[in-house]
Amino acid sequence: MTETAKIVLEGVAKSFGSKHVLRGVDLCVQQGQSTVIIGGSGTGKSVTLKCVLGLISPDAGSITVDGQDVSRLRGRARETMLDKFGMLFQGGALFDSLLVWENVAFRMLQGRRKLPRHDARDLAIEKLRRVGLTPETADLYPAELSGGMQKRVGLARAIAAEPEIIFFDEPTTGLDPIMADVINELIREIVVEMGATAMTITHDMSSVRKIADRVAMLHDGVIQWEGPVDDIDATENPYVHQFVNGLAEGPIEAIR
Amino acid sequence: MAILSLIQGFLASIGAAVLGLCQAAGHLTLFAGASTSHIVRPPIYPVELWRQFLRIGYFSLPVVGLTALFTGAALALQIYIGGSRFNAESVVPSIVAIGMTRELGPVLGALMVAGRVSASIAAEIGTMRVTEQIDALTTLSTNPLKYLVVPRLVAATIALPMLAFLGDIIGIMGAFLVGVGRLGFNEATYIQITWDFLEFGDVTSGLIKAAVFGFIIAMMGCYHGYNSGRGAQGVGRATTNAVVSASVLIFASNYVLTEILFAA
Ligand SMILES: Nc1ncnc2c1ncn2[C@@H]1O[C@H](COP(=O)(O)OP(=O)(O)OP(=O)(O)O)[C@@H](O)[C@H]1O
Ligand SMILES: [Mg+2]
Repeated sequence: MTETAKIVLEGVAKSFGSKHVLRGVDLCVQQGQSTVIIGGSGTGKSVTLKCVLGLISPDAGSITVDGQDVSRLRGRARETMLDKFGMLFQGGALFDSLLVWENVAFRMLQGRRKLPRHDARDLAIEKLRRVGLTPETADLYPAELSGGMQKRVGLARAIAAEPEIIFFDEPTTGLDPIMADVINELIREIVVEMGATAMTITHDMSSVRKIADRVAMLHDGVIQWEGPVDDIDATENPYVHQFVNGLAEGPIEAIR
Repeated sequence: MAILSLIQGFLASIGAAVLGLCQAAGHLTLFAGASTSHIVRPPIYPVELWRQFLRIGYFSLPVVGLTALFTGAALALQIYIGGSRFNAESVVPSIVAIGMTRELGPVLGALMVAGRVSASIAAEIGTMRVTEQIDALTTLSTNPLKYLVVPRLVAATIALPMLAFLGDIIGIMGAFLVGVGRLGFNEATYIQITWDFLEFGDVTSGLIKAAVFGFIIAMMGCYHGYNSGRGAQGVGRATTNAVVSASVLIFASNYVLTEILFAA
């Protein structure tokens, strides 16, 4: 496989008031690879993904997707860039005024990829099946689902339009171990079969081992370590060592 | 020294408030400009527009109708008292008609809708902001201003004149019921006076006002919701601010519009 950089972050910094969340993140994600970002709670993992999507504008640094500087994009050009992406938000972020299937097929109900309503619905039901939800859930409202079910609907929506790049923000939190494994397999499948580029945030080490090609560890606003998943156990890096083994003692303080 | 620093602190707090107000006004102007410019640029979302039209227009009918009915009835009594002081009880139908169409129909209707609709728009969009639904819209290549704000603005601007027109009719009817049932007017004469007296401009000037009020109501709801702070508290504050600012702006713009229409 030829290595082409799909997403490149250079020196990305972001502060909220006096709180310096990102202090210069450098990260390169290759085409067709699955990168997992690990790191303590509140270290800015979600903020990093949102910077790439342009939902948060970084204070400094550059972000390129397919060689295109995304921070300069506006209007139609930005929408075209976002057409490549699918995003699962940490909280699901389902539209609660729409039915579950309308959420999943949102992209196919308007805009350039518009399908007839009936076809869009069939497609939504197919995607729901892939995340382990029955067709009956399609006609419910998101508020009628459990937390884990909402998460899976969010996942179905993220993958519905078969995007080139998919971001998963904690895809398996709140799921039972069996369902978590189903979702891990699904993410792996999407990367391998559809050739998508994935960036996943997770705290779950078994997920990391299952879905990652490479792992990046974010702490103190910078990427402390980046490398192939097979190296996480062997690495000398004290941050990774502490995180992977879940130790209270180490360079990462328990109070953040 | 203590007094000096006290005065200084006082002046500083006034300055900060004024600066804050200017900043908010600038922010609002930018938001309003951006959203209005999207009204004419495709894509448009007709389904959303229809949904909002029903919600803002149709479901406000009972509130606006009842308000107009009782206002018209009370107005008839008050004007009767005033008129009887110089033996001119017969002005009741004409003054009620002009008062309802030019002023009370649009203003009271808009205030009732402001309470109902600004609040619910602000709460809905604010919740969408807080739960990242607005971010999700963006990542699904959908412009939130187009998808959320424009349908509400257009729907309210169209719905309010319709509501005000119905309010005019129901208000005059309320006054008619009181006039005929309580004040001893002849049915046919009451209607005849109202009809002869009212001018086209009385009604249209009220409807123009109502359209502006509709725009203000939706704009305040959207603006405060869209810029809602984080958490339930942020949404609560956005809702309050939307209702208060919509109401105040309705009164202020009512005076300005009346002045303009008065001169015209
Ligand atoms: N919109 C915002 N305004 C102000 N502060 C923010 C905002 N978004 C995030 N933050 C702050 O940035 C920091 C990082 O947040 P982020 O959501 O990226 O954490 P995270 O690494 O995803 O954590 P978790 O694993 O708990 O989800 C937090 O301290 C948070 O308070
Ligand atoms: Mg997060």
